[in-house]
Amino acid sequence: MSSSQPVSGDPPPDASPWHVSRRTFLVVTGVAAGGVAVGLAVVDAAAPDAGTVARVALAVNGEPVVVEVDSRTSLLDLLREHLELPGTKKGCDAGACGACTVHVDGRRVLSCLTLAVRLEGADVVTIEGLAPAGGALHPLQAAFIEQDALQCGYCTPGQIMSGVGCIQERHTGSAEEIREWMSGNLCRCGCYVKIVRAVEQAAGEV
Amino acid sequence: MTRSQSMQPQSAVGAPVARVDGRLKVTGSARYAADHGPADGIEGVVHAVLVEATIGRARITGVDTRAAEELPGVLAVFHHGNAPRLPYRDNPFPDSINPPGERLRAFQDDRVRFFGQPVAVVVATTPETARHGARLVEVRYAAERVGTDLAAGTPGGEPETYGRGDVEAGLRSAEVRLEMTYRTGRNHHNAMEPHAIIARWEGDRLTVWEKTQWVADPRNELAAAFGIPQESVRCLSTVVGGAFGNGGRTWVHSVIAALAAREVRRPVKLVMTRKQLYSGVGYRPAYEYAVRLGSDRSGRVTAMAHDVRGETSRYESHADDMALGRMLYTTPHVAQTVSLVPLDVNTPTWMRGPGWSTAAYALECSMDELAHELGIDPIELRLRNEPESDPATGSPFSTRRLRDCYAIGAREFGWDRRNPTPGATRDGDRLIGTGFAAGAYATERMNAQAYARLDADGRVVVQSATSDIGPGTATSMSQVAADASACRWTPCASTWATRCCRPPRSRRWPGRWRASARPCRTRATCCAPGRRPRGHRPGLTASRRRPGRVVVRDGWLSVGTDPGRGETYPQLMGRNNRSHLEVIGSYEPPEESGFSMYSYSAIFAEVAVDARLGLVRVRRMLGVFDAGRIINPTLADSQAHGGMIGGIGQALLEHTITDHRDGRIVNADFAGYLLPVSADVPDVRAIYVDGEDREADPIGVKGLGEIVIVGVAPAIANAVFHATGRRVRELPITPESLLG
Ligand code: FES
Ligand code: FES
Repeated sequence: MSSSQPVSGDPPPDASPWHVSRRTFLVVTGVAAGGVAVGLAVVDAAAPDAGTVARVALAVNGEPVVVEVDSRTSLLDLLREHLELPGTKKGCDAGACGACTVHVDGRRVLSCLTLAVRLEGADVVTIEGLAPAGGALHPLQAAFIEQDALQCGYCTPGQIMSGVGCIQERHTGSAEEIREWMSGNLCRCGCYVKIVRAVEQAAGEV
Repeated sequence: MTRSQSMQPQSAVGAPVARVDGRLKVTGSARYAADHGPADGIEGVVHAVLVEATIGRARITGVDTRAAEELPGVLAVFHHGNAPRLPYRDNPFPDSINPPGERLRAFQDDRVRFFGQPVAVVVATTPETARHGARLVEVRYAAERVGTDLAAGTPGGEPETYGRGDVEAGLRSAEVRLEMTYRTGRNHHNAMEPHAIIARWEGDRLTVWEKTQWVADPRNELAAAFGIPQESVRCLSTVVGGAFGNGGRTWVHSVIAALAAREVRRPVKLVMTRKQLYSGVGYRPAYEYAVRLGSDRSGRVTAMAHDVRGETSRYESHADDMALGRMLYTTPHVAQTVSLVPLDVNTPTWMRGPGWSTAAYALECSMDELAHELGIDPIELRLRNEPESDPATGSPFSTRRLRDCYAIGAREFGWDRRNPTPGATRDGDRLIGTGFAAGAYATERMNAQAYARLDADGRVVVQSATSDIGPGTATSMSQVAADASACRWTPCASTWATRCCRPPRSRRWPGRWRASARPCRTRATCCAPGRRPRGHRPGLTASRRRPGRVVVRDGWLSVGTDPGRGETYPQLMGRNNRSHLEVIGSYEPPEESGFSMYSYSAIFAEVAVDARLGLVRVRRMLGVFDAGRIINPTLADSQAHGGMIGGIGQALLEHTITDHRDGRIVNADFAGYLLPVSADVPDVRAIYVDGEDREADPIGVKGLGEIVIVGVAPAIANAVFHATGRRVRELPITPESLLG
């Protein structure tokens, strides 16, 4: 290791994986305590492949974050593995299940197919940011509970983010239309009937 | 909707209360195995990625790990050449559900037994690096001839047999004889949550955050693999993202993660990729099911021979329970053989409605074929063969309300409006058909143990070793607990968790009881501060002498003769200076109940088949279930929908296709292995016939989680025949099978 790092604030070498990694780092700047990320790690400028690391400034659930990410890191892995926001789920990592659905600039996207480096200036909202912590639920979250539109709950964050998108896109004219526009979100527990009811209910409320 | 009545007045059981963990799940705060991290006190996690064999049967001749190891951030690469030898004590049933054979071990030899077998693991500081490293590991093989085709395989060992009467004589003398062979594709559980584990060692004690349906199993299997006491392993599993049977066993990747964690001295997280799940964990095996059936002209089935062949691995013999054909109908002459064909594949496992849903497809399609042959209504045909007692054992049924299921289903579905002639109903380009099938699933009971504590504030906490794979275990357990303690059910902020370090004799078979809830499963809380009825006086003096006369209702304890005199639990505890009361309760089913116990289903389906494209769409489906007492109708409906939708997949979409040249599954992803999506599922409805089953267990539940898929695939297949006049005897029914 070169003498340029680690800097103060780094976790002790043995307690953290961060100092070892030359590829994926997280830098948090300008985030007050209680922000989405914890800890402070610093890019290892001496890393042989530092060229594949990029600095991206974005907002996650309203909090500004600056991250130094491996160019291979998906938005999904950025959220789950680096920002400690595991509410967004990985079902396939290949764009085929919808479990990883989040909102980027107000549109529903599959975070497993979105490279984090492309998100300069983006506004990302995840299931954790849909409603204020401890506060009132988003109408669709409440409708999911009321309709029992979930079982194991693993697809649920993606279903809800997708459902909010579906409502915003006004694809809720009929149950059939909702079914079509929600068919990118798999639910192996088979909650579809109730998911459609929940989206219908929330569409009437928002 | 018909709903089960509960025994007690003011009962929490039977109420359609909302899931206690609903808020956790809709806000993304429920933590599944791989979601745990620093917030849960797990610091310094590193990531493991498996390297899978790219050949179906071979000896490994070399593993080149240099490129991977040179990658900055890679901590270690393990494979059979450098992994420590593990003690691997035997861990047979009943401590595990490992089937007979030699289980697959973590890098303990140079054999490749199936395509996709883990042959190495890369551990790195980030997931990206571990994934990259896994791609750089080069494995060399000495290839051997691979056999993965069930049709071409030879059964290993003796078949399991069953017989009553003389089936050959019965068939010879039958007025009508039918012979047909049904085939079912291999189905994969494909729970949305991939199998995942975080393993952490502290000295020689191991903690795992694991995806499991049965928390004792990882404890037992990991203890056996590492040769450590069961007490040294702690398994934590709070919420599980679906399992459908695949979380019953502890698969080799879990041992690999623990091995890696021990070697690198860091907590290791291993999350399987979707592709790896097609070979790294179990599946519902493919079957060939031959039926020979003899009947008289009035539709009384006199003889039925069932010859079944199913796939298993070469290293373990997984057998599903194929008993449906023995007990569903009166049939005096029955013979059955079930053979297992060992192939170069990974070991299958139980998948929702294991065995019974496969057998129902063959049996219930053959009954439909007979009904058509004889010109008898399919439901009437079933009624003519309905037994009064279990024809396999002679024992009485504890409860069997299948006739009610038929009657309610026929009425609600509008069965009498059906034109019996196949291919006679059209809607534009679409051929419309309706189909019916019955099903049964054995009610199984195991030992269970639960700990209950009544706190001074009147809260009741019940704990047992289990995990919630989706049915709402914490919710239904807390309903049962509320009634058992005669407390008011209040949806407390549920802080339930499941852990298994010391105790529990509570057993769990994958999914078998994933039903309308049994007692003793997980930790459930019901708030019961106790309410004093207006105008009532405190004090419970008589109770000391005659505790049997104390009546508790709504958390208010009173003496039978004087309901006005009483007190709440908190008052009672305060008066006695107790901070809490606790008790451990056990349940052991009687050895011999003398009854035959099953849940039952009657499934009705309507399909539309595109006459030119062969595309089948389910238009509506109704399931009527005799599952005993329903703890929570809302949760039950969710279960029932899920089972029936799973049946749509089994009938029309799901199967893996293997390239028999090398044993590779060619559609090991969601693009090639199709699951039902929202657009495939219009109208699905469930009805439960009234009644509880007091023989089945103390709370009257027979089980719902499995029966809800049994009968679905044959109902759809029979509807496709009714729509088109074409009998496809293979699942899934694909467009090409209808066009050819
Ligand atoms: S994880 Fe992104 S679509 Fe499946
Ligand atoms: S609730 Fe389990 S996958 Fe949808």
